[in-house]
Amino acid sequence: MSTTEATSVARPRFRRRRLPRLQRRQRRLAWILLAPSLLVVALVAFYPLGRTVYQSFTNQQFLALEPTKWIGLANYFGAAGLIHDSIFRDAIVTTVKFTVITVFFEFVLGLIIALVVNSNFKGRGVMRAVMLVPWAIPTVVSAQMWNWMYNDIYGVINDALLRLHLIDHGVAWTAQPSTALASVAAVDIWKTTPFVALLLLAGLQVIPSDLYEAASVDGASKWQQFWRITFPLLRPAILVALIFRTLDALRVFDVFYVLLGQRLGTQSMAIYNQSTIVQTGDVGYGAAISVAIFLIISVFVVIYVTFLRVEEQ
Amino acid sequence: MKHLRVFVVLGFMGAIALVASLSVVAAGSTGTSSRKEAATAAAVKPPPVANAKAIRTKYGGQKITFIGDNIGLTHQRDLKLAAQFTKDTGIKINVVPHPKASTDAYAQLARNFSSHSSSIDVAMFDVVWPGAFAPYLVNLKPSLGGLAKIHAKGIVQNGTIGGKLVVMPWFSDYGILYYRKDLLKKYGYSHPPGTWAELGTMAKKIQAGERKDNPNFYGFVWQGNAYEGLTCDALEWIASSGGGHIIDNGKASIDNPKAAAILNTIRGWVGSIAPRGVTTYQETESLNAFDAGDAAFLRNWPYAYSASQTSSVKGKFDVTVLPHGGKNRSVATIGGWELGVSKYSKHQGAAIEWIRYLASPGAEKFTAIFSSNPPTIPSVATNKAVVKINPWLKPKIANVARVARPTRYLKAKYQQGSTIIFQGINQIENGQNANSVLPRIASELNRLLK
Amino acid sequence: MSTVAERAARPQPRTAGRLRRLRRTPAGRFLRRLPFYVLIAAIFFYALFPFYWALRSAFTPDVDLFKTPVQYFPAHPTLTQFREVLSSHFFLRALLNSTIVAGSVTLMALVLGSLAGFALGRFRFRGRSATLYLMLSMTIFPQIAILGALYTTITRAHLYDTLWALIFSYMIFTLPLTVWVLTSFMRALPKDLEEAAYIDGATPMQVFYRVLLPLVAPGLVTTGLLAFIAAWNEFLYALSFEQTPSHYTVNLAIVNFVGKTGSAFQVPWGQIMAATIVVTVPLIVLTLLLQRRILAGLTAGAVKG
Repeated sequence: MSTTEATSVARPRFRRRRLPRLQRRQRRLAWILLAPSLLVVALVAFYPLGRTVYQSFTNQQFLALEPTKWIGLANYFGAAGLIHDSIFRDAIVTTVKFTVITVFFEFVLGLIIALVVNSNFKGRGVMRAVMLVPWAIPTVVSAQMWNWMYNDIYGVINDALLRLHLIDHGVAWTAQPSTALASVAAVDIWKTTPFVALLLLAGLQVIPSDLYEAASVDGASKWQQFWRITFPLLRPAILVALIFRTLDALRVFDVFYVLLGQRLGTQSMAIYNQSTIVQTGDVGYGAAISVAIFLIISVFVVIYVTFLRVEEQ
Repeated sequence: MKHLRVFVVLGFMGAIALVASLSVVAAGSTGTSSRKEAATAAAVKPPPVANAKAIRTKYGGQKITFIGDNIGLTHQRDLKLAAQFTKDTGIKINVVPHPKASTDAYAQLARNFSSHSSSIDVAMFDVVWPGAFAPYLVNLKPSLGGLAKIHAKGIVQNGTIGGKLVVMPWFSDYGILYYRKDLLKKYGYSHPPGTWAELGTMAKKIQAGERKDNPNFYGFVWQGNAYEGLTCDALEWIASSGGGHIIDNGKASIDNPKAAAILNTIRGWVGSIAPRGVTTYQETESLNAFDAGDAAFLRNWPYAYSASQTSSVKGKFDVTVLPHGGKNRSVATIGGWELGVSKYSKHQGAAIEWIRYLASPGAEKFTAIFSSNPPTIPSVATNKAVVKINPWLKPKIANVARVARPTRYLKAKYQQGSTIIFQGINQIENGQNANSVLPRIASELNRLLK
Repeated sequence: MSTVAERAARPQPRTAGRLRRLRRTPAGRFLRRLPFYVLIAAIFFYALFPFYWALRSAFTPDVDLFKTPVQYFPAHPTLTQFREVLSSHFFLRALLNSTIVAGSVTLMALVLGSLAGFALGRFRFRGRSATLYLMLSMTIFPQIAILGALYTTITRAHLYDTLWALIFSYMIFTLPLTVWVLTSFMRALPKDLEEAAYIDGATPMQVFYRVLLPLVAPGLVTTGLLAFIAAWNEFLYALSFEQTPSHYTVNLAIVNFVGKTGSAFQVPWGQIMAATIVVTVPLIVLTLLLQRRILAGLTAGAVKG
């Protein structure tokens, strides 16, 4: 190359040669920082997860003393496999319906609460407490409490509605098929909106306030500010909130168990999974169900990540 | 905002103050269990151990772990028995209470046994579990066969799997009918219903009358949720109507006209003389409704008798056997607990002596008086002192024919079978015609029985 | 800016419409916001009524708990329920156990999570996304599924019936959450933030500790809170790994509360409600205090671009 070229190219080339070394050092440091977390994953989760996947290819039983046999994909595609299991299919439908309803409402309500607490609204202090209360009540208690609030003889919800003349006799909220899923969803939304609200609030708080000031000066309305500034910058928090909420909603157990029991037609995937493993004692089949649940959740995760396109930022 | 922070801090300090003052107040009392204990302690003590010297020579100094009854009064009872046993024989007993919920207790034992651990020597087993746990339990027939002869035959049979006595009976629950004697009198009935049809008529009349003042009143409540309790209730309905015992002689017998008839009757009652929500009720919900004065009839276990003594219906209710259908006899489903020894136990001899003590007439008398546990020894059940505390042990009621859930046919698959049963019955309660559900239940059960 | 000055100098063109003038009066403003206020009130009620119900039940004697017609305010309020609960050594010990477990888990998850968040959020290297998704997959499996294998691991490590069993197993659902949240927070910070510090000669750990960590404080508080409450509320593992009552956590203890008859069928609801109040109120108060402190420090100008 000519000298002029050499000088003009020399700088970038000098930088390029330096980057790899810095990058290598960075990479090493990154892995060192990750090591403790990965160690925990390996110790605590690796063996159980691996064993679950392995069990799904066997006919292991909970209590039987016969030796476990490898049966390949029979739990999945065999004659009595997951593919033909109509109860599991119903459970998937019920759980997905439940997930869509609850995640939607929790997201909307959580966003409203987070925006209110983050603003100069007069009631924001109390709203902060409101945000925590449902989450702080122990799960084992709140599900049963709501169950008895819904009761058609001595439940307070029916009593209140009767007094307000909105209904003329007590409604069996959890027994009737038409209101069962909605009742359960209402409890879950009540319980976990705080989770979403807290996450979104944390995300809102790191958005610099001068961005809003500049936008007001430029004449943007509150609505425009929300769509152009808040929403895009909130995307990472929204992604985390949606993923973890969906994850938990698809694995819902307590609230279904206490309110709906093991009725056919309103079981969640986790309830069917638990009854398979503990009551039926078919650990291998239960493991296959768990793997199926895992795959279903992964589908949702992929959808979220694709649509929210956070990675590219 | 500044004020809010002050408010919050004050509130916190207030909370601490409340806790502190309550603790001071509480320093006087030490909880419910000791209060009841004070009332009965003077009255009853665990009996001395028979053959104590011989046991001490052979097993003295050994230590066994006993998975006993849940925390509270029943745990206190176990501790008392263990203390007496240790005093007499020198065998130390580590009493660990099992989780209160039956399903949790099952999972705990199952996990322990499947890991072949020797950490448990003796455990309590629900009457429907022996089939599942049989491969892991020691045969008690050689050592305790004689003692088993004085226990109720049906329960002993229930605990005998493949010729081996794997569990020793200890407590025996059975379903009974609770009724509001004041309401029966008010509406002109001189005695509780003898047949299901009578119960239906009485419930309807009483409900219509009571509804004028109390819009929450219903005639009859039971355990209708899709869980093990429903299998118990359903077995009573079917067996008392001549519909068999769900599984008879190794084949599903539930698909018959008599069973369909009674189940369709029940279906008709849901929403009319029973609340629509009864399909979600377990023991607690049904008892709450009865205790609040909102039900004329209740089917429940004997525990509800003493539980209702502190409710608003105290003195207004009484118990009797459940109704029957037509000319059939009344029945009651067997519930309760039994004792077994783990085959992985390193102290099987000592464990067996502990069970021998617990299942002895003296100890069963103690438990019946101390914590109202229904004895499995008929002679204890007729003891005057025992019956005084537990009126539901009157011969008229205690001698009702017992029916067992189909564990001896389903064996290890019992839980799976029971799930099929209660899910199906729950569907009938929720509106499906029994004639369309029972064939399905029968075919699925037959598949399990193959 | 020119636009502002211009606009200020220009006379207001909007003189038309009595409606518009009405809108700007205090009453008009209130009416416009009315739907919003109604919504907020509805949310308040939805969130707080069950807590009020727990409170009323905690002061109601057993006889009146499920009586009809329903008593919205206890007719014969009593302190017996609280007395029973607070005099129960079993329950108080369980409270202590839960605090120890939840506190340790939260601490560990925050420490490990922030280090991992630093690595995954501020460095570019191959395997970054894969690690994130590996962490996530750890927590996707249903609890009951991995319970069996986890039980075997715990038993073999002789941790059965100890609090350590819970501290380790709770990492399964708390670590992925802290890693994900803190990674997204770290990633959202401006790219050139550390450059200045590096130029000044700071080591990466100093940058982490002094520059980045304070800026993601809301994330730390939030995930700390969420992890604490998640660990506090967990039931299945506590049930499966603890056998002796003195090792029970608070959820396990509450579920095993027993009524006067001692029967497993009886549920002493009044006591359970009292226990709930005892557990919930300090939690809320503590978190309120915590939040205000950290957030006050944050908005005092720390976040400047």
